[in-house]
Amino acid sequence: MTEEETAAPEADAARDALVATLTEALGDNLVASEVKAGVDLWVRVTSQAWVETAQVLRNQCGMKYFNFLSVIDWLPSPFGRDMDAQVDQPDPVEPGEMTWGITGGQTRFQMLARLHDPVNHVGINIKADLDDDQPTIDSWITVYPGANWHEREAAEMFGVHFTGHPNLTKLYLPGAFEGNPMRKDFPLLARRVKPWPGLVDVEPLPGEDDDETEAS
Amino acid sequence: MNKATDTQQLAYIAGQAADARVNLEIETEGMTLNIGPQHPATHGTLRIIVKLDGEQVIAAEPMMGYMHRGYEKLTEVRTYPQVTALINRIDWLGSFANEVPFIQAAENLMEVEAPPRAQWIRTALFEMSRIANVVLFLGDMGVQLGAVTPVFFAFRDREFILNQIEAVTGGRFHPNFNRIGGLKDDLPKGWIEETRGVLGRIQNFCDEIETLVAGNEIFQARTRGIGIIPADMGLAYGLSGANIRSSGVDWDIRRDGGIGLVHNELDWKVWTHPDGDSYARFWVRLQEVRESCIMIEQILDGIPAGPVMAKVPRIIKVPAGESYVETENPLGVMGYYIVSQGDLTPFRVKIRSASFNNVSITPWLLKGVYVPDVVSILASLYFILGDIDR
Amino acid sequence: MTLILAEMAYWQETSIRLLVGLAAVLLPAGTLVYLFLFKMMSFMQSRLGPMEAGPYGSMQLLAEVGKFLQKEDLVPRAADRIVFKLAPFVVLISTFLLVLVIPAGPDLWFIDVDTGIFLALAVSSISVIGILMAGWASASKYSLMGALRATGQLIAYELPLVLAVVGVVIQAGTLNVQNIVMAQATGEIFGYGGIGNPFIFTQFVGFAIFLIAVQAELTQPPFDMPVAESELVTGYLTEYSGLRFLMFFIGEFATAGIFSALAATLFLGGWYVPGLDPTDGLFNVIGPAVLFAKMLLVAFLIFWFRFTYPRFREDQLQKLAWKVLIPLSLINIVITGVLKVVF
Repeated sequence: MTEEETAAPEADAARDALVATLTEALGDNLVASEVKAGVDLWVRVTSQAWVETAQVLRNQCGMKYFNFLSVIDWLPSPFGRDMDAQVDQPDPVEPGEMTWGITGGQTRFQMLARLHDPVNHVGINIKADLDDDQPTIDSWITVYPGANWHEREAAEMFGVHFTGHPNLTKLYLPGAFEGNPMRKDFPLLARRVKPWPGLVDVEPLPGEDDDETEAS
Repeated sequence: MNKATDTQQLAYIAGQAADARVNLEIETEGMTLNIGPQHPATHGTLRIIVKLDGEQVIAAEPMMGYMHRGYEKLTEVRTYPQVTALINRIDWLGSFANEVPFIQAAENLMEVEAPPRAQWIRTALFEMSRIANVVLFLGDMGVQLGAVTPVFFAFRDREFILNQIEAVTGGRFHPNFNRIGGLKDDLPKGWIEETRGVLGRIQNFCDEIETLVAGNEIFQARTRGIGIIPADMGLAYGLSGANIRSSGVDWDIRRDGGIGLVHNELDWKVWTHPDGDSYARFWVRLQEVRESCIMIEQILDGIPAGPVMAKVPRIIKVPAGESYVETENPLGVMGYYIVSQGDLTPFRVKIRSASFNNVSITPWLLKGVYVPDVVSILASLYFILGDIDR
Repeated sequence: MTLILAEMAYWQETSIRLLVGLAAVLLPAGTLVYLFLFKMMSFMQSRLGPMEAGPYGSMQLLAEVGKFLQKEDLVPRAADRIVFKLAPFVVLISTFLLVLVIPAGPDLWFIDVDTGIFLALAVSSISVIGILMAGWASASKYSLMGALRATGQLIAYELPLVLAVVGVVIQAGTLNVQNIVMAQATGEIFGYGGIGNPFIFTQFVGFAIFLIAVQAELTQPPFDMPVAESELVTGYLTEYSGLRFLMFFIGEFATAGIFSALAATLFLGGWYVPGLDPTDGLFNVIGPAVLFAKMLLVAFLIFWFRFTYPRFREDQLQKLAWKVLIPLSLINIVITGVLKVVF
């Protein structure tokens, strides 16, 4: 941990420089950014600048390493997700308000990708808002060939269309499968069929008394 | 794909095609071969559709999903402590290592830190699961190339490591031993001395494999210069672990910015190899097992006293936030991106598993090779189906 | 055998020949499977091998045969049924023909022809036809690829096999196998005739090439591409099950035994033991045992390689045959010829 602290200011300088480069290259297309000192870096760009961001990061910032690409669905699950519930709610309820995470957001679907600089060891999380009804974004394949399968996975799981992807077929799911399983409004059938018993059988933690089990 | 790597790829294919030039002059018809989902070389249920010209591969396309278990969806309805039982099954040969990044990401969000003793024991078990995993690779690589004996040596010696893991965690394959804020239990009595003996056995095994497999002329003829991955290409495809280090990229998360584990307090070395071929991948993994033994040796000497569990709430609710933690797992970089909204369950967990990226290079890599090399290249990339399909 | 058989009726003679021939094929095959495949391989891999059936697992063979007999005789729907069913027999026929020329004593042989060794090498190639039939008729891509690989491989290694034997033939001055044994039994090394002249001393290169080529003929590692388990599942055997698979299996191991016996005959002096008169009638009794022991010795080498080495790639295998083994055996022939003239 001590080394982490000594390295922190330096890494911060690197991360700040990254944000500066991105701001210069993308202008207004860089919507938000957040640096967690010595830990990580988040930026949010517009979906128009999605490919451009990757190009800038790869060619100017040394982000040669493609880590992963995915999507976050910010819609609160209509089926409830609290494990406190003794039985699962039989019918979907009207989902509550959406709350976004780091760097905020405006739409339900948000791209999430991560790149890494294998020389200076700095990573960056990139987000981009997607259109609610027709989530579409440009493909990263021209910049990072490794994005191929990640985009196929995101496409089948979230229903996001990647423009310019040469082979946007299903990766995991059978060809005739309908729906996008990772969307929050896609029911997890195992839970619908058999209600979850709730939070039971919590093992006692070391050094803690067993009589504090009122929660279950 | 930039220009330099394009030319490299063309040169590579041209080299592979040189011997098969005759086929290009005579009109021949391609053959489509379905390797898998049930096939001895696919370690599970990977299916690769290859288009062949004689014995030469024109195009290869892996098909996955035969083992997709939807862990990312399932984590959304599990409490944080329950999730570790699931993610144990991602890379089932190095299960303990799967838990570590997830637990650390959750610890980050809760701003809890495991006590030093827990961190040291975690690191020891982390490296032991690497040995348990990679030792099997070292034997299996021989089987894929037709030498049946090394894999039995691997199973024999892996057993000792599994016994030691079992002695601590109670589980040979799926320990489920990490807790947010530390570990479930302390080490059993006499474990440290026993482990020292086991490490000696593993070192012997490495020497044995080095002479029996890596030193074998046929093995070298089959792996050297086969399946070359240029460093640029490997990075762009997101290859990690020994696969990228054997292409000359000196990058190991354990050394460069790993958090929560104590690798930086140990004296060890990151091995790289300039060649980037199948042999290099085998060689780097062999050295990594040795390094792991050296590391565990030092950990055994230096485990500090103290508790193994930090003070954490009875019911774990993780504060809202986002955290990404990756570690250098046996198969490569494994990371968890956790989005929490302050509930008992994660809001979204993105599981970044190593094999998924490692295998995604195969359509590019298998172009122009011969059928026997398909097997040796796949074996040298070393994937585990659970780690691809999640 | 010929002496005893002379007084018998034709049907008696034939049935005895049949029985002895069957024993000569099955006994080595069974011994090799138990001794090497079950036990030696297990010990090399730090395990025990079969232990339950019979004392020390010795009855395991019967259990295995019983298992194969119970299995359904599957024929793929798209297969060429007649050819598919015929293929194992063709392979076995090659094996049975091969055993004919090997003498087990001064008067113990099935046939005594002047072109004996020539005949043996010729009939050993028949098995290729069986393998090709199996691969083609299975209507499976793995089988087809396996069969094509096997054909290419057997053609390539037939040549060094023959050329390696030519050295022996030059030295013995005969193609007759019995006479080759006699030549070794009565030969002298620099005037010392105490141990005869087993050709392994003068034809060591030939012996090595012969063993490598035999290894390839048997499609065993490091030359097992036709059955390459990790690539082609099991090559031309993929679609076979039950009795027909067993026949291929017996064919493989019986051929291994017979080739070992052939190597023992050509290079190690066959049924002869140094220090005794080769025309002694005693050899008609102990000859088979001596030959069997020498065969096990050679087979040990063959199986040792089998369990140790990884396999070549198809092109590397061809390179080894055409660029190394064949030139080497040609040089061996030239040197043998020159020395034969000089001495």
